[in-house]
Amino acid sequence: MAALGLDLHVALKSVRGAQGEIHPVLRDIHLTVGLGEMVALIGPSGCGKTSLLRIAAGLDADFTGSRIWHGASAPRLGMVFQEPRLLAWRSVRQNILLAQPAPDPALADQLLARLDLAARAEAWPGTLSLGMARRVAIARALAVRPDLLLLDEAFASLDPDNVARIEALLAETWRDRPIATLLVTHDRAQAIRLADRVIDLAALSALSPADR
Amino acid sequence: MATRLLVAAALLLIWQAAAMLAQSRLLPSLLAVLQAMWAETRSGALLLNLAITMARVLVAFTISLSLGCAIGIAMGRWRGLDLALDTLVTMLLNLPALVLIVLIYVWFGLTETAAIAAVTLNKLPSTIITLREGARTLDPNLAEMAQSFAMPRLRALRHVVLPQLAPYILTAARSGLALIWKIVLVVELLGRSNGIGFQIQIYFQLFDVTLILAYTLAFLIVVQLIEWAALQPLERWAMQWRR
Repeated sequence: MAALGLDLHVALKSVRGAQGEIHPVLRDIHLTVGLGEMVALIGPSGCGKTSLLRIAAGLDADFTGSRIWHGASAPRLGMVFQEPRLLAWRSVRQNILLAQPAPDPALADQLLARLDLAARAEAWPGTLSLGMARRVAIARALAVRPDLLLLDEAFASLDPDNVARIEALLAETWRDRPIATLLVTHDRAQAIRLADRVIDLAALSALSPADR
Repeated sequence: MATRLLVAAALLLIWQAAAMLAQSRLLPSLLAVLQAMWAETRSGALLLNLAITMARVLVAFTISLSLGCAIGIAMGRWRGLDLALDTLVTMLLNLPALVLIVLIYVWFGLTETAAIAAVTLNKLPSTIITLREGARTLDPNLAEMAQSFAMPRLRALRHVVLPQLAPYILTAARSGLALIWKIVLVVELLGRSNGIGFQIQIYFQLFDVTLILAYTLAFLIVVQLIEWAALQPLERWAMQWRR
């Protein structure tokens, strides 16, 4: 039996252009993210990182290949999109509670406090700065106690203090329970600092820890 | 608020002054109309007919709004359904209210159900078109967010979809109320034996402008109260997150 986690094989993913022409975006990608493992995807923008993440999330089934989750049941997904994607008409706290399978206010408040958002729990998302909104999106993804955590440029527009805060929270979350994490970033230093494996999608080469 | 009251008072004053100048049976003064309103209220006729008409308005409003929302959202989301129903909706939208009312009365008889159906069908197409427009503007990013967190259908509808449609639903409700009460009066005039529309027909035959205006004024007051007491608070509540 394969190791627990996500097993992704993309033979071909293409998108249709404005004139109906077909562009291949991803070809022959084999990616595994084990439970308890953190994999970072790096590469220049436009190389298909987000496309691969959407396939990993199960949001895009329009590709040839396979997406298999090895585990007891379907994974619970914690997703942080490139944009915060909060519900502007629900409070910060409500945004988190609504994403949870069953509302868990204690966990929601704990995560908000850890991300320095406790004072803004009842605020409308529209009143937050982009950096705060991003932190809410991260709190939301962690609040579902995910098995599979997907982070798409989740650290963009955050100041170093908050990046450190989130990195510490992630490290703690990984210690508590095994999560398969896939992080998309263009920050190579951060990828190397956080991840067990760094995959450069442009070069299509996996760098082993020994190569760092 | 002060400006609104001022404008209303000015209009009423102009009316009173014009009536006093004209001294005609065909333009009764504000005071005469208020006296007639009071007399009709004391006899019970005004309140009874107002209640009957309002009941018809509310039933037709509720049916056409809920049905129109459901069909409109479905047409906005599914292209196939949109193509299938588009012609029908456009035809219904452009069919004169009078034609629809007369045909429904002829085919189904001068019954309460026929009256309500005629009003509902008159309002339905514009609600459908408003909500179809709304459904087309739904943010696919938020739908994807709801999908990725495996939000249950009802929760996603209530917290993700409906708040995005709220401005469209409120627009449909407001214009719907205005259209519906106009059509209810025509339906009453043509085929019912009570309600404001029926009363107005009687007073038209008697050329009694005072009573026509008394009933109209009573109705306008009720509609304005609905706007202030229901629609505007609802709008503020639904839009409170905007600044």
